[in-house]
Amino acid sequence: MIESILFMVGLGGCASLVLSFASKIFYVYEDPRIELVEANLAGANCGACGFTGCSAAAEAVVRGDEPPSVCVISNKEGVERVAEIMGMEAGTAESPHAYNMCEGGDRATNRYRYLGIQSCKAMAVMFGGKRDCHIGCIGLGDCVRACNFNAVRIGPKGYPVVNDDKCVGCGACQKACPKDIIEVRTLSEKILKFNQLSDPLAPCSQTCPAEIDVPRYIAQIRQGQYKEAVRTIRMRNPLPLTCGRVCPHPCEEECRRGVEDEPVSINQLKRFASDYEMNSGKRIPIKCAPDSGRKIAVIGGGPSGLSAAFFLRRLGHQVTIFESMPKLGGMLRYGIPEYRLPKKVLEWEIQGILDLGVESFTYVKFGVDFGLGSLVAAGYNAVFIGVGAWKDYSLGIEGEDMEGGFTGIDFLSRASKGEELDLGKRAAVIGGGNTAVDCARTLLRLGLEKVYMIYRRTRAEMPANEVEIAASEEEGIEFVFLASPTRLLDKDNSKRVCRIEYLKMQLGEPDASGRRRPEPIEGSETVLDVDTVVTAIGQSPDSVFKERDPHARMTELELTRWNTIENDPETLTTTIPYVFTAGDAATGPSLVVDAIGGGRRAARSIDLFLKGKKIEPVKESLQNKRIPESIFSRVPGVEPVPRVRMPERKVEDRINSFDEVDLVLGEQNAHKEANRCLNCCRLCYNPDKPAMGPV
Amino acid sequence: MGDFTVLAVSCIFVNNILLAQFLGNCPFLGTSKKMETAVGMAMAVVFVMVMAGLITWIVDHYLLKTLDIEYLRTVSFILVIASLVQFVEMFLKKSIPALYAGLGIFLPLITTNCAVMGVCLINIKEEYTFFQALAASLFYAIGFGLALIIFAGLRERIDLARVPKPLQDTSIGLVTAGMISLSFFAFKGMV
Ligand SMILES: Cc1cc2nc3c(=O)[nH]c(=O)nc-3n(C[C@H](O)[C@H](O)[C@H](O)COP(=O)(O)OP(=O)(O)OC[C@H]3O[C@@H](n4cnc5c(N)ncnc54)[C@H](O)[C@@H]3O)c2cc1C
Ligand code: SF4
Repeated sequence: MIESILFMVGLGGCASLVLSFASKIFYVYEDPRIELVEANLAGANCGACGFTGCSAAAEAVVRGDEPPSVCVISNKEGVERVAEIMGMEAGTAESPHAYNMCEGGDRATNRYRYLGIQSCKAMAVMFGGKRDCHIGCIGLGDCVRACNFNAVRIGPKGYPVVNDDKCVGCGACQKACPKDIIEVRTLSEKILKFNQLSDPLAPCSQTCPAEIDVPRYIAQIRQGQYKEAVRTIRMRNPLPLTCGRVCPHPCEEECRRGVEDEPVSINQLKRFASDYEMNSGKRIPIKCAPDSGRKIAVIGGGPSGLSAAFFLRRLGHQVTIFESMPKLGGMLRYGIPEYRLPKKVLEWEIQGILDLGVESFTYVKFGVDFGLGSLVAAGYNAVFIGVGAWKDYSLGIEGEDMEGGFTGIDFLSRASKGEELDLGKRAAVIGGGNTAVDCARTLLRLGLEKVYMIYRRTRAEMPANEVEIAASEEEGIEFVFLASPTRLLDKDNSKRVCRIEYLKMQLGEPDASGRRRPEPIEGSETVLDVDTVVTAIGQSPDSVFKERDPHARMTELELTRWNTIENDPETLTTTIPYVFTAGDAATGPSLVVDAIGGGRRAARSIDLFLKGKKIEPVKESLQNKRIPESIFSRVPGVEPVPRVRMPERKVEDRINSFDEVDLVLGEQNAHKEANRCLNCCRLCYNPDKPAMGPV
Repeated sequence: MGDFTVLAVSCIFVNNILLAQFLGNCPFLGTSKKMETAVGMAMAVVFVMVMAGLITWIVDHYLLKTLDIEYLRTVSFILVIASLVQFVEMFLKKSIPALYAGLGIFLPLITTNCAVMGVCLINIKEEYTFFQALAASLFYAIGFGLALIIFAGLRERIDLARVPKPLQDTSIGLVTAGMISLSFFAFKGMV
């Protein structure tokens, strides 16, 4: 008896001695917080968080790789305590929520059941998707079964509906879903989500440079949820009022309804929803992530700058915009004329962005009044350059600099500032792009009797939007095609333009761009009597900020041959690590939506940069690509319903004023138009039809 | 060498620790829902079983037998195995962090694994020599891993099938386990 007790005590003693020595020898420093965090995790060691056990998860939290909400089964208090241990104020940690990508769509004719299959996962494995659609929701409810909190149910339409109050953001549903329909994201993650090849995206959303979830907001308009529709648009586009008016809507080109019928009037619907917000007089509150304490300088208050500022602010950063002109807006204010985008509307839109807490300084020019050095010294952690493309190209012909000779942007910005210009009675605009058309229509509204547009090629080759060209034809602008100006002439050496001489052209062989090259016809000089000539043949960025900035670092910023800032189109990083760019300054003259999409993309890179993470391109990024199977070539069963016509002001009224030409759709018409949307790529099983196939 | 082949077949198939001796059923059911977890567990078991087999053999031969207190075998084995696992955990954490991260939670979980204890006791009961004990532990562990991985593979498939409600999850798991066990019965004729 005694000996057995002695033996056990001895053995126990030995073991504990060995262990205590071992713990000294093999001691690894561990952050004391790991233990504290672990104590507040559920302790089930279930591995659902993706880590081998709670201690591994706790380590990841302390390393900062995972949010305090890493544990899938701990409750809200647990998450708050972990946040507290980690020094994040309780409650400020961004909480993720389940979010359903799929709004349901037209129903497949029946639900197909093969033998025992009753789960989405099995269906996805067996058929690589589903019978009718490779992309949409399967609707068999794996997510519902995965949720431990009863927060997900399959709604009446056959796709999951999330109860926000019950959702703790554990991510179990997302893991269970084989189709990425249901996703769990924090606000920041939602803002920084970019289209990927594997996403269930309709053709329109794939085409939109700002990547707006088009069918979602159209569905919301259809259901009368206008506020939600505006929120959906704002997730991707901070300037819906502007885009609703001036966007040439590339999305409508890919619209599948257009295959069998006319495309859906997507942009009109956007305008309808955003005008609804403005006319209601009450701003829809915009959520921002908790403050991060980082400061970012945004140079240029055009759409790219406003977009970057908006998204960075929503990510919790502190943003200051520096603008050289008297007011914010860039080309929206000083380029696009009043009759297309009223200043009142623009003002309201920009104020909404500033109201989020974005600071702005105007009348300060980057490179002249301040430079990179002063921004760094003032404690800015990153700099975004969105200075646009404001330098007009000139034709390089005789007499261009005489009085009465203008360049496009210069003319438009002076006109929009309300400067008195001596224009005479007749004018010619040289060029065929949107800027040229805007100049011509502006001249008409300034009271000129005759406005010509002189373009080298024919109408078919004009780069301006078709709607704009048609509108200017209606308004009585005379087009002179196949003409190349050779010089401007004055009368009696007065140094004031009174005539323009041009050569007639003919179309020759196609050039590199596939357009037929215009060739001059010898001896075909023709003269037009005009008092004003506006040259609007393209712009490039003004690189004064680089040339005049004395900061040594600035020499590292490289420009391209076209004076745009050298950048990576996926990440919008430049040759200086803390400088980012987007918009016309990065791409050359382009569209407002491109600048907006670019602003958000740059915001993502800046956010990664500020968090000290590597700036990598989005995985399987869809940028400018299409998901092949979603661009189906036939849409059976569509009965043609003509699109709702946009109301516009009568020609006689509009050429005498700067009042807005295009008007907004009425509510009834908006519903009618929204009903035309096919909700592409969101075809789900019909939950009401009995299953087909062997059971 | 022939002896070892026979030992291998006997430990892995005929007397499979899980399917023939029914030891270690809790990890068998608990960690077999996902292939990944099953593989992790199998690795940890191989590691710990071999270590435990070694140490307990030494303890038995040089302490318990010499002191003539074999009746304390079970108690002392528990103590030794538990401390061993702790020790190994600390050692790995310091010296081979990659392996430690891989085995993760499974290592401490095995402290209370009856299969490990069972193998140690069988080693003594069968009066294996040191090397035989070493080999037997390894083979038993491989048998454990094999059964666990087969089972996990099956359960992943079963997850996709339409199982009547009352039989879902663990119930169908047990039925399946029984069937695998029956099929392993066929190996009885081999040795
Ligand atoms: C006449 C015209 C009509 C157009 N019509 C359309 C249309 O209908 N639809 C469409 O989608 N797109 C249209 N566009 C194109 C669109 O306006 C631009 O693509 C878009 O505005 C680019 O945005 P951005 O932010 O890159 O640059 P901008 O809008 O040019 O903004 C740049 C800002 O930076 C400021 N800035 C420049 N240099 C400095 C400096 N050194 N320091 C501080 N600030 C500086 C500028 O003052 C300006 O406010 C049109 C363009 C023009 C010129
Ligand atoms: S029909 Fe609707 S979902 Fe389909 S492409 Fe057109 S707008 Fe997008």
